[in-house]
Amino acid sequence: MAKVKLSEDKIKKIKAICAEFGNKPGEAINVLHRVQGEFGYLPAEVQELIAMELGVSAATIYGIVTFYSFFTMIPKGEHPISVCMGTACYVRGSEKVLDEFKRQLGIGIGETTPDGKFSLNCLRCVGACGLAPVAMIGDKVYGRLTPDMVKDIINEYN
Amino acid sequence: MEMINLTIDGKAVQAEKGQTILKVARQNGIDIPTLCYYELNGQKLENKPGGCRVCVVEVEGRKNLAPACATEVMEGMVVNTHSLRVVNARRTVVELILSDHPADCLSCSKSGSCELQKLAQKLGIREIHFKGEQSTYRKDDSPSIIRDVDKCIMCRRCETVCNQLQTVGALSAINRGFEAVVATAFEQDLVKSPCTMCGQCVMACPVGALSEVNQTRQVIQAISNPQKTVIVQTAPAVRVALGEEFGYPAGTIVTGKMAAALRRIGFDYVFDTDFAADLTIMEEGTELLDRISRHIKGDKDVKLPILTSCCPGWVNFFETNYPDMLDVPSTAKSPQQMFGAVAKNYWAEKLGIKREDMVVVSVMPCVAKKYECQRDEFKTDGNPDVDYSLTTRELAELIKQFNIDFTSLPEEDFDMPLGASTGAAVIFGATGGVIEAAARTAYEIFTGKTLDKVDFTELRGLEGVREATIDFDGTPIHLGIAHGLGNARKLLDSIRRGEANYHAIEVMACPGGCIGGAGQPYHHGDFSIVEKRHEAIYREDANKPLRKSHENPYIKQLYDEYFGKPCGEKSHHLLHTHYFDKSKQVEVEA
Amino acid sequence: MAKYKMHILVCGGTGCSASRSHEITKNLQAALKDKGLEEQVQVILTGCFGFCEKGPIVKVMPDNTFYTEVKPEDALEIVEEHVIKGRKVKRLLYTDPETKEHVADSKHMNFYKKQLRIALRNCGFIDPENIEEYIANDGYAAVAKCLTEMTPQQVIEEIKLSGLRGRGGGGFPTGVKWEIASKNHADQKYVVCNADEGDPGAFMDRSILEGDPHSVIEAMTINGYAIGATKGLVYIRAEYPLAIDRLQTAIKQAREYGVLGKNLFGTDFDFDIELRFGAGAFVCGEETALIHSMEGKRGEPTFKPPFPAQSGYLQKPTNVNNVETYANIPIIILKGANWFNKIGTEKSKGTKVFALAGQINNVGLIEVPMGITLREVIYEIGGGIKNGKKFKAVQTGGPSGGCLTEKHLDTPIDYDNLIAAGSMMGSGGMVVMDETSCMVSIAKFYLEFTCEESCGKCSPCRIGNKRMLELLDKITKGQGTMEDLETLKNLAGVIKDTALCGLGQTSPNPVLSTINNFWDEYVEHVKEKKCRAGACKSLMQYVIDPDVCVGCTSCARNCPVNAIQGEKKSPHHINQEICIKCGTCIEKCKFNAISIK
Repeated sequence: MAKVKLSEDKIKKIKAICAEFGNKPGEAINVLHRVQGEFGYLPAEVQELIAMELGVSAATIYGIVTFYSFFTMIPKGEHPISVCMGTACYVRGSEKVLDEFKRQLGIGIGETTPDGKFSLNCLRCVGACGLAPVAMIGDKVYGRLTPDMVKDIINEYN
Repeated sequence: MEMINLTIDGKAVQAEKGQTILKVARQNGIDIPTLCYYELNGQKLENKPGGCRVCVVEVEGRKNLAPACATEVMEGMVVNTHSLRVVNARRTVVELILSDHPADCLSCSKSGSCELQKLAQKLGIREIHFKGEQSTYRKDDSPSIIRDVDKCIMCRRCETVCNQLQTVGALSAINRGFEAVVATAFEQDLVKSPCTMCGQCVMACPVGALSEVNQTRQVIQAISNPQKTVIVQTAPAVRVALGEEFGYPAGTIVTGKMAAALRRIGFDYVFDTDFAADLTIMEEGTELLDRISRHIKGDKDVKLPILTSCCPGWVNFFETNYPDMLDVPSTAKSPQQMFGAVAKNYWAEKLGIKREDMVVVSVMPCVAKKYECQRDEFKTDGNPDVDYSLTTRELAELIKQFNIDFTSLPEEDFDMPLGASTGAAVIFGATGGVIEAAARTAYEIFTGKTLDKVDFTELRGLEGVREATIDFDGTPIHLGIAHGLGNARKLLDSIRRGEANYHAIEVMACPGGCIGGAGQPYHHGDFSIVEKRHEAIYREDANKPLRKSHENPYIKQLYDEYFGKPCGEKSHHLLHTHYFDKSKQVEVEA
Repeated sequence: MAKYKMHILVCGGTGCSASRSHEITKNLQAALKDKGLEEQVQVILTGCFGFCEKGPIVKVMPDNTFYTEVKPEDALEIVEEHVIKGRKVKRLLYTDPETKEHVADSKHMNFYKKQLRIALRNCGFIDPENIEEYIANDGYAAVAKCLTEMTPQQVIEEIKLSGLRGRGGGGFPTGVKWEIASKNHADQKYVVCNADEGDPGAFMDRSILEGDPHSVIEAMTINGYAIGATKGLVYIRAEYPLAIDRLQTAIKQAREYGVLGKNLFGTDFDFDIELRFGAGAFVCGEETALIHSMEGKRGEPTFKPPFPAQSGYLQKPTNVNNVETYANIPIIILKGANWFNKIGTEKSKGTKVFALAGQINNVGLIEVPMGITLREVIYEIGGGIKNGKKFKAVQTGGPSGGCLTEKHLDTPIDYDNLIAAGSMMGSGGMVVMDETSCMVSIAKFYLEFTCEESCGKCSPCRIGNKRMLELLDKITKGQGTMEDLETLKNLAGVIKDTALCGLGQTSPNPVLSTINNFWDEYVEHVKEKKCRAGACKSLMQYVIDPDVCVGCTSCARNCPVNAIQGEKKSPHHINQEICIKCGTCIEKCKFNAISIK
């Protein structure tokens, strides 16, 4: 018998979320949204349990999780940084801003700093094109960025 | 039926409405190359993602090229399957696929059977104009199947077979874009997945991304070792398919040449798994009759229906998916393992050698058998009853390696006593065969009468789920048959819900039974090949002088000399097994 | 809105929210309360006004005063000066860049003069969280008219007659689409609103949902009535929290007001709407992929036919339209098809919303009649190129579109003209570029996006786009050959010809259009190893002119990698091996001593 180990609290919560969606396989994406909202990420064990509850294979759930960029199997940093790489921001230099974030934090896109404080991601258009280039830290939007502003922004959180 | 007129490559053709360009072209002898398309006709399986884009054709009036596999014919359509535009596009697409595919064709497991290789040859590709990053994934070895995901071309055949045909759910497309491949959950090893090792994915994979574990080297080493007595056993379905590897038409029976070839390769004893199939009928049939008799007497604890247990893919399937029903299947070992147990105990004793000095090799139409012979319960002090299990394809490879001119070989017999068998054993190779063989013996034991008409044709056929009621001299016996694990699931679920009232059910994991096993010569989706093997199996049965397992004189001798009686203490020890819960369970973390 | 004497509308769109427009609202309310005016003046947080460049926007009604770049600290002044004393706060008014005069009334601003707001009619005008404001502006009158005065067939005919075409990119006639769905009979049909706006640089759908969610609800109900569907689904990007929130509020209110639910307007027609969340996959904008995603699967497109109108969500007939398309529906019903089809060009009727962005003075969301020229959009509405630089190209249609040049500036914008020019309408991104944009890099940028967003199902898109990207990368690094350019052209053509879905079929457009319009620039990268825009890092060096450099050390202090050496008051030098070509030094140098070679 293969074991999938999870804390009692997690098992309860995941089962409740699946049940809320009638344990229907067609609700997989809604369930994943809710579970990720609850725990911040979707580790393998969590996906296994969701698969069992919805009566689909773990491979199917993993196939979904790895298809959509919104879902992650890596816990995000305490302060998730998203640099907008939409066209408007790109033509106004967001790539340079992104490069500076990478350099300052010493991590690549999709990674989290070893202390768990920051994670770095790109996103496509936050709809604040008037402020381009834009980055978000948590829910806070930073607009009209230049590379030399990056260091100070990070320092706000240190 | 509405007919339509269209033109393909300048030829006016008529076609049934609703058909695809591909089918209509093929019906009219026009070859449109395909890659991802895979169909098991008659088995309700079609993989048609329209993903590879190799079958694109030009349709007049359409702005882009159309995939022939997915585009329906229309009245007045003008199709060009090989225009300059099509040929350039097709070549470019194949070059693209090759640009992300390892170029180790020389040593690839599918070399010679690879559909991509053939396509590249056909399109005359001598240079790949695109260079760039190639995907790299970890290779995954299991006892039966090797996954080399670097070679995956995203045709999705394995995914479709694993999920739709077999309902196993080990594989899914993962990631997206350039990184998209078919893999297991969390890209774990197959052994950690619900994979049953049935190998239908290997059968379907057009390239070397999925292949069987090759053990020909180990077998050659064993034969070369003078300390070892090397015994070979061949499964029933091998003899009706092996010929295909040597140019014989599908459905040719090559039993005698196969025995001759094995002897020339250097096996010390050329035996037959059919012998063990007859033995299986004695054990399983006795178990069946015991359960039926107890049931008739009103025993409430008796588990009915009894399920056959010859097929290792099927055993894995119920251990993983039906852990609540582990006491339902027969406890009889599979013929491969019964043979191994008899060889390494009875026959080793007879020869006066230690079991460690005996090497038992099986030739199977199956890749799951490789896994089966490595199961711990089939080992004594770490020494397995069956050391190596080769597929039909591996045997063909060995024959070629040893430069044996297969077609000019004489017909030879198996060695005795473990090479003796009846027609009942032969039909183990086809769906419905095990239950028919069991019925032949069980009828005579149950009724005490001679069975005159041994052909239970009502049990034969290639329908996915079948059932029949057989009259045991006034007692109706309800039998169910399923082949393909998806069909097995349907039957199992009906039992779980308490809806089924069968006495016995036969399940084989592969479509068609062992004749369609994943260790057989590749049929590339042409199921008519399996149908021809099916006919051959029953021809071989009809040609046998003895057709009931209990009439095999050497089986009688074996019981007299060694086991005593079927389901006796010794056979319980050597010929029966037990099952394990392999399901996944959630556990509270401490 | 009658009981108040004055309304202050504060933009609550994402852009302005990011610039603390919520705080402005709070401060305004506090100031009004402080002055005892809360009964007379209402503060409303609205949807996007469109003029994001100058956000946050605050508009005072009824005198239509348009304040730009308002800060929360300005709230008190607006109340004290404008509300109490009736004096406009001049420093917050928009300054016309040419006349340098303050423009108080938005109608007189160049940005708005040529706009015609149909889809965006309520955005920035009503409180999106209050159904009564929508109703007060003729909301739900169109659906009432359909249900009580028109047959489903008449509704379809009206939409067909209007000439409305899908605003999500393809431009398929909406009425025809409805008609096909209406003719496929089934026990259950579905109406789906595609709100999975994924084009990087287009945000009109979000603005509509944030600013006028009820118009979408109303239109979907009309759609349901027309085709015989009782269930509506909105497939919306999970990355749009504000839009989701407003839509959920609107659906709740619509149910409370009986405009969603059972027996609508006393008829036996039932209709209700549920939300489904996207999860970050651009390909889900393709309708078959969207449907698979709504079914809880990987969002991979499938071959058409069957079309969703035949077999869509849960294999039932399904009509999919995008947000902007829907936003046009109620007003077409109310004002009539013959009003709508007089706007626009022969084959493209009505208006189109564009997200105007890039190197342009007035970044924002605009809605213009079809047939307007790019020149009018860029130079009149957009206020021309930023910092007085030279126009180079305008990209429309996002990753599926192409780059148009000077020669296209006077082409009237409509579906067919854009396609003929090698681009497409797409969802309405319009990114303006000046001479600092390298067209090879722009093609590469879009291809990076396509590669990231390709679902991986078909080989031309999965591998072909990757190979195109690698070729472009090679070219931007100065390693390309003329043969590479030929390979690129052939590959682009084959991908267009063979890819499975719209995403793949259009993915070569940014490459093909830049090859066609900026071939010289490609050749320059290959033959001369030169990037005239100075954007390809590998092809350039930052150098300090020792004759101009005064040794102020500003560049050295600001260089993020300490690549610049030199004594104070003597010329500095850039170590090319360390330099990451970030451009900081150029920005910091006050003496124009640094240049790109």
